[in-house]
Amino acid sequence: MSERGIQWFRFTAPANFYDLAGRLIPWFAALTIALFAAGLYLGLVVAPPDYQQGDSYRIIYIHVPTAWMGMFLYVLMAIYAAIGLIWRIKMAEVMAKAIAPTGALFTFLALWTGALWGRPTWGVYWVWDARLTSMLLLLFLYLGYMALHAAIDDRQRASNASAVLAMVGVVNVPIIYFSVHWWNTLHQGASITVTDAPTMAMIMFVTLMIMVLAAWMYSIAVVLARARVELLERERNARWVQERLEGGKT
Amino acid sequence: MFRPLLALLRRDLTLALRRPQDALTVVGFFVVVVALFPLGIGPDPEFLRSLAPGVLWVAALLAVMLSLERLFSDDYRDGTLEQMLLVPEPLGLLVLTKIFAHWLITGLPLVLISPLLAVQLNLRPDEIVMLMLALLLGTPILSLIGAIGAALTLGLRGGGVLIALLILPLYAPPLILGAGAVDAVMHGASAQAHLSLLGAMMVFALFATPWATAAAVRIMLD
Repeated sequence: MSERGIQWFRFTAPANFYDLAGRLIPWFAALTIALFAAGLYLGLVVAPPDYQQGDSYRIIYIHVPTAWMGMFLYVLMAIYAAIGLIWRIKMAEVMAKAIAPTGALFTFLALWTGALWGRPTWGVYWVWDARLTSMLLLLFLYLGYMALHAAIDDRQRASNASAVLAMVGVVNVPIIYFSVHWWNTLHQGASITVTDAPTMAMIMFVTLMIMVLAAWMYSIAVVLARARVELLERERNARWVQERLEGGKT
Repeated sequence: MFRPLLALLRRDLTLALRRPQDALTVVGFFVVVVALFPLGIGPDPEFLRSLAPGVLWVAALLAVMLSLERLFSDDYRDGTLEQMLLVPEPLGLLVLTKIFAHWLITGLPLVLISPLLAVQLNLRPDEIVMLMLALLLGTPILSLIGAIGAALTLGLRGGGVLIALLILPLYAPPLILGAGAVDAVMHGASAQAHLSLLGAMMVFALFATPWATAAAVRIMLD
């Protein structure tokens, strides 16, 4: 194992991770607030209205980042779950569990904002569009993962079992996406989608990227915070927890 | 190597034949659910016909799901499953054998009874043949995927409801392709693509799911 490898694995030890995450969270939280403020200002005030959709298009500044994060976090969760299951790295299990609620939240927000955008644009809150349907199924996958985790009392068994589910789910996500897409094109013509806008003004693109970054920073901060709490619960009998809690350094 | 698997298959089938009510309940559920749809929707034959592929597929899917809990639970309760972990044969193959037996007991009867319900919903003969073909390819996928959920919920409180949440999203692709195949024939199109994809999905599930199920069984019996 090289020197760098050892450095890296240092943070798979719960105590080291706990301290590192505690130091990082304020930074990511500050970045989240700054980026959200900048992105929302640019998106709601500076960016011009869309010449077709007017002001209602502005919801994409929330919708697109949440949709991306919702999908990406599922893959990330499955990767952590796989690492935890295969190499028995406890930190990876904790991370997988910590990611799930944030991913589910983002997926839900993507559906919610999509519905709000659909009302003025399509005239209805919900259409059985391929994207919407596969996002809905993704939300169900998240809920299943969390429900299974919660249903098993033994922590280790809960982590392992839900890791299997996450891996099965991640194999299925592309299959679900393509079959839903195919089903949709069979039943009705392709609907208008957000990503169909080929020419996007520079200011819109920049704003969108800022919002995506903000969503990233938010995810990192919240997931790390949740992982810390989960660690305290898991390791409540370990000495490092006692030391940190007694010292008032949480 | 195949002798123990055959013995396991024979055992599971014998057990099922000694308690036929288990399998019959699933078929009964399928029939009753399909019979409820016209009551809710109205008796217009043409409308029922256009809904028939979806209704039959969803009902079959729910029937299979309902039967999943019994796939491992009896063996889990009396300790047989634990003994299977000690057998020299790979657990994946044992699990596959059990899934096959489960399909013979629940999936196959659904396929066989489906023409009767299809006639009630005014499907034409060529559509009925396609329905049976699609179910024949699709119900094994349902059993194979469902086995993962059954294994993951072994010994849990409210396992039956949990299976639904874990498994139903994964049932979307076979549902789309299976109902789509019948739909295609109904509209005079070829169902070749649907059947090919269903077949591909079955082969993939046949290859991958027994190992995932075996891993889940190991975890839950740990």
